[in-house]
Amino acid sequence: MSVTPDEALSVSPADAHEISAEAAKLSRRHFVGKVWQVIFASSTLVGIVALTTLLLNIVNSAFGYVAVENTVQPEHLAINGVPIERMPKEDLVAVLESHVSAGLMRRFENEIPWEERTREDVYNLVLERVVDPKPVAQWSLYESLFTVDAIRQEMVERYPEADLIFKSWVTPSFITSPQSSNAFNAGVRTAILGSLWTISIAIIFSFPIGVGAAIYLQEYAKDNLINRIITLNINNLAGVPSIIYGILGLALFVRLLGQVTSGAIFGYTDPMTANGRTILSAGLTLGLLILPLIIINAQEAIKAVPNSLRQASYGIGATRWQTIWHHVLPSALPGILTGTILAISRAIGETAPLVVVGASTFITFDPDGPFSKFTTLPVQIYQWTARPQDVFRNLAAGGIIVLLLMLLSMNAIAVLLRNRYSRRI
Amino acid sequence: MASLNPESSNGRYAIEAKDLNLYYGDFRAVKDTNMKFERNKITAIIGPSGCGKSTVLRAFNRMNELIPIYHATGEVIFNGTNIYNDDVDPVEVRRHIGMVFQKPNPFPKSIYENVAWGVRKVTNYKGKLDDIVEQSLRQAALWDEVKDILDQSGLALSGGQQQRLCIARTLAVKPNVVLMDEPASALDPIATLRIEELIQELKKDYTIIIVTHNMQQAARASDYTAFFNMDEDRAGFLVEYDRTTKMFTNPEKRLTEDYISGRFG
Ligand SMILES: Nc1ncnc2c1ncn2[C@@H]1O[C@H](COP(=O)(O)OP(=O)(O)O)[C@@H](O)[C@H]1O
Ligand SMILES: [Mg+2]
Repeated sequence: MSVTPDEALSVSPADAHEISAEAAKLSRRHFVGKVWQVIFASSTLVGIVALTTLLLNIVNSAFGYVAVENTVQPEHLAINGVPIERMPKEDLVAVLESHVSAGLMRRFENEIPWEERTREDVYNLVLERVVDPKPVAQWSLYESLFTVDAIRQEMVERYPEADLIFKSWVTPSFITSPQSSNAFNAGVRTAILGSLWTISIAIIFSFPIGVGAAIYLQEYAKDNLINRIITLNINNLAGVPSIIYGILGLALFVRLLGQVTSGAIFGYTDPMTANGRTILSAGLTLGLLILPLIIINAQEAIKAVPNSLRQASYGIGATRWQTIWHHVLPSALPGILTGTILAISRAIGETAPLVVVGASTFITFDPDGPFSKFTTLPVQIYQWTARPQDVFRNLAAGGIIVLLLMLLSMNAIAVLLRNRYSRRI
Repeated sequence: MASLNPESSNGRYAIEAKDLNLYYGDFRAVKDTNMKFERNKITAIIGPSGCGKSTVLRAFNRMNELIPIYHATGEVIFNGTNIYNDDVDPVEVRRHIGMVFQKPNPFPKSIYENVAWGVRKVTNYKGKLDDIVEQSLRQAALWDEVKDILDQSGLALSGGQQQRLCIARTLAVKPNVVLMDEPASALDPIATLRIEELIQELKKDYTIIIVTHNMQQAARASDYTAFFNMDEDRAGFLVEYDRTTKMFTNPEKRLTEDYISGRFG
């Protein structure tokens, strides 16, 4: 339709009425759209605020001022006016000897003879065992930043002996130190190793079974009632609360299969792990927990492989197994891996089932195999938060940061794998 | 196991369908089909959409059996053996009666691997893999275009090149018969022409059965034409089957004439 400018400008009254009605309607449509946009934006905002609060809350506890009181002031340890910082090794050993029990000295000697220890090593022992700094009060990051004066005031009034230091609870030594009852020495190494052990066992157990089941259900099973019920039940299992898996794990792996999970039938007898509350039991329990997730994700990934690919393979005389192994699985692999990693990062954060299965409350030695006692990072965090002393709340915050970093890197790996494999060809 | 060795027979016909009825569940998609396909000839199957052309074609290499609800009655004789006999393995059938699909479907692998995979996994070819890859790509008129990029993904090729790659992949396992289900329908006219030329070349060595909804294509490219139509129950049946020249100039049946002259379908 071609309209000259003149025609377009000369509008009859009836037309004008219609046009203004139309315009009113249009502006109403725009208005409705705007309202929804605002609603959606606010939903996003609520989510962001919740997440930020969570993170701030953790960071708030993980850093801040600490009032530290030494059991023995270092100045009091000086020999002939030489402070411990400048003492030779022999003198440091003497200091140690005069402050700790003979039994402890013998244990140190048995671990590493004094001749073989470095000066640094002995110096650290002195700091740890003799000076033995203990936190007497701690403040949150917010307080440390904005109420410094009040903190100093309180220090003078209540802890005249104590030093005020600014402490980050996540440090390299926090990650590499084992569990300890002294908050300054406590770390998450035992827990991280425990987490890695249990997760590895969970993967070794549930990845092959899960992918195998998914292959069976997607590529072999006929579409009949029984198989549909099976699939439905797997979907339901994925939604079962994790504590129920814990109860199952306790009954099945700890009680019923205790001989196996404690390693007894393999001739592994450690008096410390007489029952089945081992890494193996924990790993298998987590394995059961993520099995339905792995099956479902793998099924989805296999389902997403186009049928034309299967036809191409069958069309040149490949068998079903060749088609699955050489074509379907490679195409489904990125999806399977992504799903598996997401399932694993769910398992890493699980606490309840492991507490039920019998995570140890306090172990300071590294797990050395599937038949060790265990604790895991979230369990450790949980136990710290349950301690009466406030300072363990700060440790828990540090542990949470480590856990979050672990989860973030797992998810990053998942994304990388997916991109890498789907771009490969 | 029954032998499907293509060398074991050299009768005039490569494939013969006897009283073939094909069903999806209770629905009969194709009824009472009897037809023979001459060796080293191109036979086109035409007919309106949904009349069962693809179903019939896939019955000749038992591809339909991938569809769970499908079943067939009747016989398909290939080199003297009924491929529906209990002792015949469908995997073996498909290796001798290859198939090219409507939509190009290369493997998500390199061009080389697309051709070599079947040779390595399906046949017991003893020669050098490089040779058969080159030979197959030459047969499919693709060699000159891809000889320098053999390690690139097959999916990076144009649609027409992909389809020729799929043809090369099919030829590489040395089938006896090649079934093609509208191989050019997803391609542009120039790529279509190249595929048609290629098919002419291939009939020296292979028996070719090609489904097409494009009547010009059937007229240009085939030696024989079979026309299928649907009855009231939507079951496909063979209306007329003759030399292509006869079918397009002087068909016996009124229905064929109407369809070919574009009066329905
Ligand atoms: N996988 C299937 N399941 C059920 N019905 C099918 C299936 N494939 C085809 N059909 C039916 O069989 C009939 C023939 O289909 P098809 O062979 O694809 O026809 P054409 O290739 O001639 O268009 C159609 O009615 C179609 O709906
Ligand atoms: Mg079709």
